[in-house]
Amino acid sequence: MVDLSTRIGSLTLANPVMPASGTFGPELAKVFDLDALGALVTKSVTPEFRAGNPLPRLCETEAGVLNSIGIPGKGLDHFIEHAMPEWRRFRAPLVVSYSAPTVASFAEGAARLAATPGVAAIEANISCPNLEEDGRAFAMHPEPAAAATAAMRRVVGRAPLWVKLSPNTGDIAAVARAVEDAGADALVVANTILGLAIDIETARPKLGSGMGGFSGPAFKPIALRLVWQVAQAVRIPVIGVGGIATAEDAVEFLMAGATAVQVGTATFVSPTAMLGVVDGLRGFCARKGLARVADLTGAALPTGLPRAAE
Amino acid sequence: MHLRPNIRAMDLGPAAMVAERSLKVIESAPVGRRYHRLLLEAPDLSARSRPGQFFHLLCRDGAGNGPYLRRPMSIWRCGAGEPLGFLFHVKGKGTAALARLRAGEALSVVGPLGQGFALDPAWRRILILARGVGLATLAPLTGAAAAMGIAADAVLSARDPADLMAEEFAGVSGASVTAVFDADGSSEVARVEALLRARFAAARPDAVFTCGSNRLFLLLQRLSAEFGIPGQVALEQQMGCGLGMCFCCVRQIRDASGAVVNLRVCAEGPVFDLQAALAW
Ligand SMILES: Cc1cc2nc3c(=O)[nH]c(=O)nc-3n(C[C@H](O)[C@H](O)[C@H](O)COP(=O)(O)OP(=O)(O)OC[C@H]3O[C@@H](n4cnc5c(N)ncnc54)[C@H](O)[C@@H]3O)c2cc1C
Ligand SMILES: Cc1cc2nc3c(=O)[nH]c(=O)nc-3n(C[C@H](O)[C@H](O)[C@H](O)COP(=O)(O)O)c2cc1C
Ligand code: FES
Repeated sequence: MVDLSTRIGSLTLANPVMPASGTFGPELAKVFDLDALGALVTKSVTPEFRAGNPLPRLCETEAGVLNSIGIPGKGLDHFIEHAMPEWRRFRAPLVVSYSAPTVASFAEGAARLAATPGVAAIEANISCPNLEEDGRAFAMHPEPAAAATAAMRRVVGRAPLWVKLSPNTGDIAAVARAVEDAGADALVVANTILGLAIDIETARPKLGSGMGGFSGPAFKPIALRLVWQVAQAVRIPVIGVGGIATAEDAVEFLMAGATAVQVGTATFVSPTAMLGVVDGLRGFCARKGLARVADLTGAALPTGLPRAAE
Repeated sequence: MHLRPNIRAMDLGPAAMVAERSLKVIESAPVGRRYHRLLLEAPDLSARSRPGQFFHLLCRDGAGNGPYLRRPMSIWRCGAGEPLGFLFHVKGKGTAALARLRAGEALSVVGPLGQGFALDPAWRRILILARGVGLATLAPLTGAAAAMGIAADAVLSARDPADLMAEEFAGVSGASVTAVFDADGSSEVARVEALLRARFAAARPDAVFTCGSNRLFLLLQRLSAEFGIPGQVALEQQMGCGLGMCFCCVRQIRDASGAVVNLRVCAEGPVFDLQAALAW
């Protein structure tokens, strides 16, 4: 028997596989029993109602997709009142992704979520524009990323606080260290990388809002590199995400230093992809004679460097 | 159900569970110059599929070539003891890959998905207005109506007689079909309007259904509002997940209070109330 259980700070998950924010919803329960997952992750919730971006919001490339969905949603009040009861039907721990335009609204929302029964962890999506910094994403630089994290930590007490980093920064290790120092319990690496596709017949971007976030198989080597760099820069657990479709992909992320993984775009192509990752991880550990999936974490990191998640 | 305010009729049944399944192709054949049909062996999925619902197809040919994302495709044929069938326009790389599939090869499907058409057992007669391959979506409705003793009148609009596919539409359902064509000008909106007005006067339908053309949708919306006849429209939109999770497939729909909201074609649709849907 392989032990798939995974610890992320004070939280213990039955296995290290969970969905990526924005690519998942309770609708997937029509396809399989969601309690087979290590955790459930909501799409990002915002303080207020948002209509979302102009169409087209998604555009396919050779081995991935560009998206500019614009985080449509009914806001935090509606989420707590109407979506939470539906999420509480599941036993798997619920991670609520939260995104806000200012440091103060990050803190305000995080405080409310931390006080909401059934929220096992908060995943702060700091890849969104910071209205106090000319619309540059919080995650681009260490200072605003740390400011948002510290403000949330001050109000959530000991509630698990994860922070999701962006590839759209020059020095992800510096952002990671700043967010760790500001009190994050874990880092989710990474959000989509900024990209573009142009329709050459109309000479217009293919996405309604121009640029978009790139994800899927072609993004995997970049995300894996980011996990590798971040895992060597911090002591808190890293959750790897970007282009994972199979257990082999997940093993690479674990070996690069991740403690758990998230699966996003792959679910669009195969709604049962996450189940395949869970089964395949069990099989891989058995074949390698590993008793615990946790033993894979950091296995490929250069020796002598501190390992994440110890 | 507030999302489809004017559809008070009985739903043809919800899809409780969604399957991701590899199915065997039992027939793959071109239809006319631009279309293709696929029949798949799927006894249980076919039995629980409903007219108006769709499947999300992984469009990979026998060699595994095809686009990254799945493509949505309406159910053209379904029912207990029936193969699961799709009828499509060979348009881009996804549908071209589908058309290269041969009998005996496998196709990965996800479904059945979405909310299908609703038929009220009290209705005696419905009218169907379809343009082009939009008839694939409406075709299974004729059989469902016949099974409930509801007569179906159809007006099919196509480029020319070679493009019509009347046989693919009506099958053995006994639906009466009137064809209009671009080739002879009979498909012009004004002439279709005259045709429908005459129909409404002679044999008023209890409900109307449409798919496949924005102009015909607007015409039918206007006429059915004038005559006070309820209707349903099947909408299309590019999709990512097909399951209601990514919010890329939204269309503007008027809710019960009259406010315009973005609803997901894959989840709240593809079938919407005819008066609630906005033009695209
Ligand atoms: C619920 C639903 C049911 C459908 N049922 C049928 C059907 O029964 N028969 C049929 O022939 N077609 C149907 N379609 C449309 C079909 O999905 C598209 O024609 C198909 O995705 C095109 O894929 P492709 O790779 O061949 O073309 P692509 O190379 O992807 O695209 C060719 C062109 O079609 C456009 N396009 C792509 N996807 C869509 C879409 N979903 N809706 C509108 N335009 C699109 C592209 O923007 C491009 O201009 C349906 C669509 C939906 C949403
Ligand atoms: C359609 C779509 C919507 C997304 N929405 C969100 C979101 O709301 N919040 C967030 O933090 N990440 C969002 N993401 C990013 C994913 O969570 C993930 O970080 C990224 O897609 C990389 O993983 P993948 O390659 O497995 O998809 C979204 C991605 C996609 C494709
Ligand atoms: S296609 Fe993803 S929500 Fe409709």
